[in-house]
Amino acid sequence: MRREPPKALADYAPLAFPAFMLIVFFVIPFSTMIGVSFFKRNPAGFYTPDFVFDNYARFLSTFFGTVLGFSLMLAVTVAICCVTIAFPFTYLLTRQSRKVQTVWLVCLLSVLSLSEVIIGFAWSTLFSRTAGITNLLVGAGLMSEPKALLPGFGAVLTGMVYQALPYTILVLYPALVRLDPTLLEAARSLGSSPPRAFLNVVVPALRNTIVATLIMVFVFALGSYLLPQILGRPQHWTLSVLITDQAIYQSNMPFAAAMAVFLVLMSLALVGLTLLVGRRESAA
Amino acid sequence: MSGLTLQDVSKQFGSFTAVDNVQLTVPHGTFVCMLGPSGCGKTTLLRMIAGLEEPTSGAIVLDNQDITPIPTHRRNLGMVFQSLALFPHLSVGDNISYPLRIRGASRDEQKKRTDELLNLIHLPGFADRPVAKLSGGQRQRVAIARALAISPKLFLLDEPLSALDAKLREAMQVELRQLQQTLGITTIVVTHDQREAMTMADLVVVMGNGKIRQAASPIEIYRKPADAFVADFIGSTNLLEIEADGSGRAVMLGHSAPGLKLPNGMRKASVSIRPEDVHLIEPGADTITGIVTFVRDLGGTIETFVEVDGKSIVAVATPRERPNVVEGQKVGIVLPPESCVVLKQ
Repeated sequence: MRREPPKALADYAPLAFPAFMLIVFFVIPFSTMIGVSFFKRNPAGFYTPDFVFDNYARFLSTFFGTVLGFSLMLAVTVAICCVTIAFPFTYLLTRQSRKVQTVWLVCLLSVLSLSEVIIGFAWSTLFSRTAGITNLLVGAGLMSEPKALLPGFGAVLTGMVYQALPYTILVLYPALVRLDPTLLEAARSLGSSPPRAFLNVVVPALRNTIVATLIMVFVFALGSYLLPQILGRPQHWTLSVLITDQAIYQSNMPFAAAMAVFLVLMSLALVGLTLLVGRRESAA
Repeated sequence: MSGLTLQDVSKQFGSFTAVDNVQLTVPHGTFVCMLGPSGCGKTTLLRMIAGLEEPTSGAIVLDNQDITPIPTHRRNLGMVFQSLALFPHLSVGDNISYPLRIRGASRDEQKKRTDELLNLIHLPGFADRPVAKLSGGQRQRVAIARALAISPKLFLLDEPLSALDAKLREAMQVELRQLQQTLGITTIVVTHDQREAMTMADLVVVMGNGKIRQAASPIEIYRKPADAFVADFIGSTNLLEIEADGSGRAVMLGHSAPGLKLPNGMRKASVSIRPEDVHLIEPGADTITGIVTFVRDLGGTIETFVEVDGKSIVAVATPRERPNVVEGQKVGIVLPPESCVVLKQ
């Protein structure tokens, strides 16, 4: 079927409703936030309309720079961990019988029903000294005495990967199901061992899907602000934690808005960079 | 003996027997077509030869070496899949040189061999094209070139031409046969198209229900089918019943058939006669007589359907020997005994 490009104004009519929703619920609030980020803070009240760069200037410090850097690094690490774990897992899942697949997918969907708070406290119990998984290791004779695995970077990472993994698998699943299984067999018949065939046929054939999934998990992880607080030390807090702190506890809306705008810009830049690298590689 | 030998190969999926005790010897350089209806086990047998499927029992022997326990990637064979399975992220040249790259060939070697193969498949200068930009026939050739890149001992093709249109398919059949003869490589093609098998094969293996029903040259399969299944599957045929009367003489369609003999001790059997061997004559007292029910004039050949005792018999004639009959007419038919093959039922 060939699609005609829209010509008359009426051809754009189906777009009216989504456009309206997008403007009301995204463009207007986001513009307001950009506006607020230039306002001046009023310590006695809330803020007064103004046009100052103070909020952005304050942000350009080592402290906030470090937090921003950590947030981006954490989100990137979570994205890479998720895709590295989820891709082979989903691939093996798609090779199973329909029944097995359904059971797994239902279990994964049920994980999505858990709230961030529950996930956070469940992991904090699992990582604790008194009731945690180290007790099992001691019981198995692998450790001499139980110890606490939190707070720490490992705990934050584990919690966030756990939270994002079902999304990652559900995004990868359709693409991997559609993948022609004979591609792998062809690679094997041409002399590749199965792991090698997986790496140089299945992975490159799905490169675009992998890049898209990385970006999705990255954006998802960037907004996380509960898990770093439950499972991490203050140096593991992300920018989202500081934004919440400024907006709600310090009542400094302009500064919170400035940080949020900055975070959006940085993530857009990173996503753009990923796409650019992806395109260059596919051209080569 | 050099060549491929299948020794009592069986494959079971649960309680279903896909391949049942297959024995076959393929001399080196033979072009084999495995032919059969879908679900007859021919693809499973090919996949076992490739190592993509493990036999439940039996052994696959190539040049006196038992290759059954060797995994696919160390069997050094070339295989073309029904879906072709060209790697979408690689160019034509990179697809063809993939098996060479895996084996650590130098860039120069890879390029030289790729160019050689592209010439062989009549696509010189296509190395840098993306696979997605090729036509169906061109993809087919690239898949063949990729499978031949390492000069394998065994060349396996799973319904390789099924995705092509009829005209291109016929051209590729001839091309594939010529390519195989130039290279002298042992080739096994799985197909359900008997014309394809007749065009290309030295040895046609007809399979049904997981068993080999007959393995012989195309013309022998056509002229001397082993049983009714083979006769019916290869080309079109008339399958008639033959019975022995009280004194042991053969009777077919209510007339005695003096030239035919039933196998020893059997009262009933089938007779296969090809439509081109059935002749139409004026009806007479002593001839088998029937009514013409339909005439299909295809230009090159004319098919006449005659009903005798509720049984439809097809006769094919060329326009030169035009039978000149019309529907509803009474005709006599002659079934020359030398063209009739008596089959066990």
